[in-house]
Amino acid sequence: MRTLIRSAAALAAAGLTFAPAAASADPTPSPGATTVTKSGTSFLTATAITAGQPVQVGASTGDHLYWSFRADAGQTHQITATVSFPKGRTGKSTWAVDVFDGLRRRQACTAGAQTPTADAAATSVTLGCTLRRVRPWAEPWSGDPLPGTYYVRLAVTDLPEPDLGLPIDVDLLVGVDGEGGASGDDGKLEAPLVPNTRAGTVLTAEPTPEPVAEAETSLTGWLPEAGSRWVWTTAGGVLAAVAGVVGFALTRRPRRP
Amino acid sequence: MINKRRSTAVLLGLLATTALIGPAPAKAVDNPTETPAEPPKVELVLDVSGSMRARDIDGRSRISVAQQAFNEVVDALPDETQLGIRVLGATYTGKDKKQGCLDTQQIVPVGPVNRAQAKAAVATLRPTGFTPVGLALRSAAQDLGTGSTARRIVLITDGEDTCAPPDPCEVARELAAQGTKLVVDTLGLAPDEKVRRQLLCIAGATGGTYTAAQSADELTDRIKQLVDRARDTYTAAPTVVGGSAECANAPLLGPGVYTDREAFSEHRWYRVPVRPGQELRASVSVALDRPVNPDYGVLLRATAPDGRELVRGVDAGSGRTDVVSAGLRWSAVDEDTPTPSPTGTVTAQTVCLVVSNSFAPRPGTEATPGMPVELTVDVVAASPAPDGPDLGRGWALLLLLTLAGLVTGLVTGLLTRWWVATWREN
Repeated sequence: MRTLIRSAAALAAAGLTFAPAAASADPTPSPGATTVTKSGTSFLTATAITAGQPVQVGASTGDHLYWSFRADAGQTHQITATVSFPKGRTGKSTWAVDVFDGLRRRQACTAGAQTPTADAAATSVTLGCTLRRVRPWAEPWSGDPLPGTYYVRLAVTDLPEPDLGLPIDVDLLVGVDGEGGASGDDGKLEAPLVPNTRAGTVLTAEPTPEPVAEAETSLTGWLPEAGSRWVWTTAGGVLAAVAGVVGFALTRRPRRP
Repeated sequence: MINKRRSTAVLLGLLATTALIGPAPAKAVDNPTETPAEPPKVELVLDVSGSMRARDIDGRSRISVAQQAFNEVVDALPDETQLGIRVLGATYTGKDKKQGCLDTQQIVPVGPVNRAQAKAAVATLRPTGFTPVGLALRSAAQDLGTGSTARRIVLITDGEDTCAPPDPCEVARELAAQGTKLVVDTLGLAPDEKVRRQLLCIAGATGGTYTAAQSADELTDRIKQLVDRARDTYTAAPTVVGGSAECANAPLLGPGVYTDREAFSEHRWYRVPVRPGQELRASVSVALDRPVNPDYGVLLRATAPDGRELVRGVDAGSGRTDVVSAGLRWSAVDEDTPTPSPTGTVTAQTVCLVVSNSFAPRPGTEATPGMPVELTVDVVAASPAPDGPDLGRGWALLLLLTLAGLVTGLVTGLLTRWWVATWREN
């Protein structure tokens, strides 16, 4: 019976270790990350950053600053930004951090001060935005967040005109919760939402019909992918069978020599 | 006992194996970006008109502050950047406005920079004449030439244009509409209200920035940042395309980035061929390069050639902004194949894209040329809906199944013991 308790405890411990880590509050820079001191001024010129990489950049009031980062399925991103102003502004100003996906579709913030207003006397304002968890798949008609590039735009949206052009300092950090991979959703986006940034070519004629591709017949094609429900459930079945045998064996009287 | 230990070991081993093969690692696929063939090009345009003599920046004259800033920028210039310097109002000392307003010269041609020569040229500048900003901008655009990448002009001035016409803001709008991607960043030295308005207008029309420089350090840092930005953020300029008023004769677009112009309340149509099993992705950004009423929106719709709407992307906003963007995805549903195809081939289906806007001009706002539109089109493999089998996934499932198995084993064992005991007695 002692063995039974011991194995149960081991199982429980194993179960606890696999429970997802608790969500942290504020994003912190990852150790050793280099600070980014640049920003783009449009979607096409957005500066690429990674989660955990701090951004510190000087700019002018009225600039639209763009950064882009990469998101994978299962991740939740938090963006925090602080804008510091010089003294002597003439009125209050409203700032906004907007997030767009790879198709430039506006993304909702689930938490955070997305459009705070700073008084004329304030020396800084803090902005924040927590995004929704990135889904591995969504219908083309839906606006759910998908893996791919995300754009962050920071700008002032309302201010007295004389304050335009004054120098500001911007600190920004993108934090991430949860590593990509296992999640409750099925499906897979064949190509991540990474925009094609090459100059386009105007076609002169309709493309010709192309022959239907032969269905691929490979020996391993029918095997389920690692991480699919088939693999998980089969593994569960095997574990259940083994546990059944163990449970059965535990009820036998120890064999005396 | 040995038996039991072995089975526990097997159990834990199995758990560990599942942990290893369980969740599939997320793959990071990055789109390789093409490196443009040309070096980044930037031209500094400096106002050397008489007003630059004023000693109001940290007790120094505006021109000396600008000269110092230029020296530092030239010293810190990245090797691959091609820099040119143009001045305005630097030579004509007379009073004739007509002649004074033609006074603009390129003192350092756009190309690989000879630092010593460039600094010597800047050092000889003395504040002199008129302020022909419009003409200087037009000439600077010519200096930079046309090419496949974006170019930047950095305009540094302390006074408003004294030579209109041409109005500098009109010139900026005209340059932006020519198709070459040209960005004008403006810097005002101790600017007053009129200068600020003018520089904001120039910056807004070309998608550039405006900075009010109050000290020498600010000026130097900002010019350095703008020159660096010319190198860091320059990209292949989008292909210029002209959308048409209806779908039937709209331009046929392949994947990539395009630019166009759209007037207030105008609809612009484009066509994209999409094969079965492919997904269309499109996004559009309409830039607010002129003053408009504070509430606005943009709508991107995909329709079938017969006018049926397939999907739409929409965004609206209010207040100050640079662009309003919307995007959409669309892929054909399998049953929906209207075009009968000859055996063995698949025909591409044409999808029409229409961009419309709901901007309202303020009184006095120019309607032509239209507002800049940036359209990105991509055609990728479709992501079919997952056919979820009635199976499970995750650690909770494994734990549950294992516990269920264990309990079943225990119950079966106990039942067997009880049954064997009862059977022996009888």
